[in-house]
Amino acid sequence: MGWREIFKRRPAAAPAALEPTAMGAGILVFENTSEVIRAEKLLKEAGWPVRVMGPPPEIQKGCDLVIEFPLMEKLGVLRVLAAQKLAPLEVVPVNSPLLQPVSLFQTKDFGEYLMVRAANMKLTVHKASRRIVNVSGGGCPDVPYLAHALVGQTLETAPAPKDLGHTLCGYALQLAYEEMQRQCSP
Amino acid sequence: MLAVIGTVPEESFPLVEGETALEGERLSVAGQLCPVHRGTPALLAAAVVTAQTLGQPPPQGCLAGDIGLGDGSRRLYAYLEKELPLRQYQTLCFHYLQPDVDWHNRVMFAIEAMVRRPLLIADAGYMYVAKMSGQAGEYDLFTPDIGELAFLADEEAPHPFYTRGFILHEENLAPDLIRRAYEFDNAAKYLLVKGQTDYIACRQGILATVREPTVAALEPIGGTGDTVTGIAAALLAAGYDLAAAAVAAARANRLAGLLANPTPATQVAEIIHFIPRALTEVLAKPLLHDG
Repeated sequence: MGWREIFKRRPAAAPAALEPTAMGAGILVFENTSEVIRAEKLLKEAGWPVRVMGPPPEIQKGCDLVIEFPLMEKLGVLRVLAAQKLAPLEVVPVNSPLLQPVSLFQTKDFGEYLMVRAANMKLTVHKASRRIVNVSGGGCPDVPYLAHALVGQTLETAPAPKDLGHTLCGYALQLAYEEMQRQCSP
Repeated sequence: MLAVIGTVPEESFPLVEGETALEGERLSVAGQLCPVHRGTPALLAAAVVTAQTLGQPPPQGCLAGDIGLGDGSRRLYAYLEKELPLRQYQTLCFHYLQPDVDWHNRVMFAIEAMVRRPLLIADAGYMYVAKMSGQAGEYDLFTPDIGELAFLADEEAPHPFYTRGFILHEENLAPDLIRRAYEFDNAAKYLLVKGQTDYIACRQGILATVREPTVAALEPIGGTGDTVTGIAAALLAAGYDLAAAAVAAARANRLAGLLANPTPATQVAEIIHFIPRALTEVLAKPLLHDG
């Protein structure tokens, strides 16, 4: 890899080596989970080392996600979001550990079919055709909606759950979807 | 009478409350039709065929369209806050709603204002918010799957997405998780835990287990957990006690699955057709024994 490729992979404005907690973390609080997912995508594309986490108890309302980021980089992060007309409701410093999203996956092999579970969401694929045959679990209202959009599609043609989902269950399904793609990759 | 409250994954589906019926492959609620793929329509469809089998009136449905933005759920919450004190339902079953603690608590006040307090069942998103509100003990029945049981057992998790790894780990046995859920007051009076083995439990311990018939292919099929809850709700509304209703629902759902001869690609509507036959068979035998 040449030096040009290295520079292409890391935007100048985003110090990707910094972990959010290494220099003090802040969280970005948004109106809804859809905005969190959009902000995560924008900030990661810009190279910022952000993480999707659970909010501290004092601001938990229901189906919540927040974005953890290095507080020192607040201005740059907000600039990226503002350029896409995405403004957080609040920017809050974090003093205690945040809830971690689930990172364990359970895989079950049914012979012709493979099922991956992430948290409360399960995604099942027909191995030979790579067709999504079922989505189960979850409790937020976008789960039946996502299931309707995904079932019958292949891993190549299905929309990513993060592009259609709005809730934590939708985000969990995205994790199952990514894990399924990883396990089914040649 | 039973009322089932939840959402339909269609943005344009209006808020409706009224009688339910199956019309071919679709569910009718107050004259509005929706497909029975999974979620609340699957729960209601199972409750409809269960009520028919028992010779009971069909359940009432109270539904709104919501694709995850929470708008339909909020309309439902507001409607329930206003209307529930005027209703006389014997059993209320809450299902796919966007979790929102403030609205949950307002609906709970409305339930307390009803002339006669109904039995309360919560599953899916409403079970999440019931736990998060700290009022799980006000409910009569939760119907979690094993992943959701781990969430109930984790006193710090506000949603299954944040269940801590040491609790979620597969090696944790359901009985330990049930004990922990009650220890931190995060379970309803009764639990029907849906899994490889179904557990029917209360604070005093496990009352019954259901292991047969074993149909491994049911786990990946979306909606099979919803149908268990629907059967249990209709049995409760018909006068069965909580433990008996939970046992019969767990057995009938497994048997209906077996009769459908499913693969992991089977859709839940195919299984619902077999519920009346399965339930008739299950109710012909004594209920409160393990099996």
